[in-house]
Amino acid sequence: MDVRQPIATNGGDWLTKFGELWKKQLTQINESFGSSVQEVRMPPEYPTDVPIIYVQKESIIDVLKFLKEQPGFEYGFLADITATDEEIDPRFEVVYNLFSHQHKCRIRLKVRVSEGEEVPTATSIWLGANWAEREVFDMYGVKFKGHPDLRRILMDSRWVGHPLRKDYPLRGYQLFTDSEPVDPTLLE
Amino acid sequence: MGKDGSLGYLTTRLDDFVNWGRKNALWPLPFGTSCCGIEMMASLCSDYDMSRFGAEVVRFSPRQSDLLIVAGIINLKMAPVLKVVYDQMRDPKFVMSFGACASSGGIFNVYSVLQGIDTLIPVDVYVPGCPPAPEGLIHALMRLQDLVAKGETHSQKKLAAFKQKDA
Repeated sequence: MDVRQPIATNGGDWLTKFGELWKKQLTQINESFGSSVQEVRMPPEYPTDVPIIYVQKESIIDVLKFLKEQPGFEYGFLADITATDEEIDPRFEVVYNLFSHQHKCRIRLKVRVSEGEEVPTATSIWLGANWAEREVFDMYGVKFKGHPDLRRILMDSRWVGHPLRKDYPLRGYQLFTDSEPVDPTLLE
Repeated sequence: MGKDGSLGYLTTRLDDFVNWGRKNALWPLPFGTSCCGIEMMASLCSDYDMSRFGAEVVRFSPRQSDLLIVAGIINLKMAPVLKVVYDQMRDPKFVMSFGACASSGGIFNVYSVLQGIDTLIPVDVYVPGCPPAPEGLIHALMRLQDLVAKGETHSQKKLAAFKQKDA
C-alpha cells in the first residue's frame, strides 16, 4: 500500500473536499505568522489526513486565536490537546486538534518543546483546554504556563512519574490501598 | 416432625445450622465495572434467576450485603475504593472474582490496572472467562455455598481462628 495515497476517512475523502480550502488557509497563515511557522506537513505529500502545522511555542496562542476568530477559518472547536514523546531533542510535541463547525473541516497544530520547557496555556481561548492540558501534564509532564489549576487528572495524586513517557516502564505499577487524600483547598 | 404432627427435634451443631442459613441467603453487592457486569445482571434476571439459590436481593450498600461480586476490570485508581467497600462489609463476608480482569488483570498487563483483586482482598471463588457466561456465575455461587456450608471461606476461617484463640 502506498502510504502517500490520500487517507479515506469516515467523512469521505477529506483531501478532495477541503484541499483547496486548506491551501488557501495555509497561505494566509504563512502571510500572518511566517516567522513562527516552523514546518507544514500537507496531504498528499505527507501521509496524513489533515494538514499539520508546526508552530513556535511562543506564538501558539496567537495562532490558535487567529484560527478561532479569523473569517475563512473559524476553527471554533478544540477537539483535543494531546502530546507525543519523540525521544529526540526537542523531546515532546504538544498536539492541538481543531475542528471548524462552519467549514466542517479539521486542522492540526503542533508545538515542539524540550523537557522542562513550558507551553503557554490555551485556557484563555477555550475553557475546555483546562482538563485537556491537565491530562497532558499528567501523562507526559509537560507544564503549561498560566494554567489555573495544573494538577494530575487521571492518575493518583501520589503517583510518581508520567506514564505515557517512553521511558516509563509499561508495567510500572504503583498500588495505593488507602484512598487519595483530599486537597483541603478544594473543599472551600 | 412426629407422626402425630407434634414438633420433633433435629440434632445439629449450631455453627452448621447458622451456615446453612447463610449459604441459602447470600446478599450480593454487585461491583460491576465493565462488560462482566452485564453478565452478572443477566444472571440476576428471570432467565437464569439467581433467586433460585437465595441470592436475588442485590444491595448497593456494602453494609447490607455479605457477598461481594467483583465483575470487571479494577484500575489502580479504583483499588482503594474496592478496599474501602470490602472493609465496610460486615463479617462473615464472601468475595467472588468474576471474569479474567478481576481475577488476574486479564489482557490488561499495564501500569494502570490491578493484576487481580486478590493482591488487595481475599477471594473465595474465581470465575474464569472473558466475560463468563451466567452459568459460570451460578456455578460459582453453588461452589461458594458449599464453602460457606463447610465454613471454609476466608472470612469464616479467620473468625474460627479468632474464636479458637479466644477459647
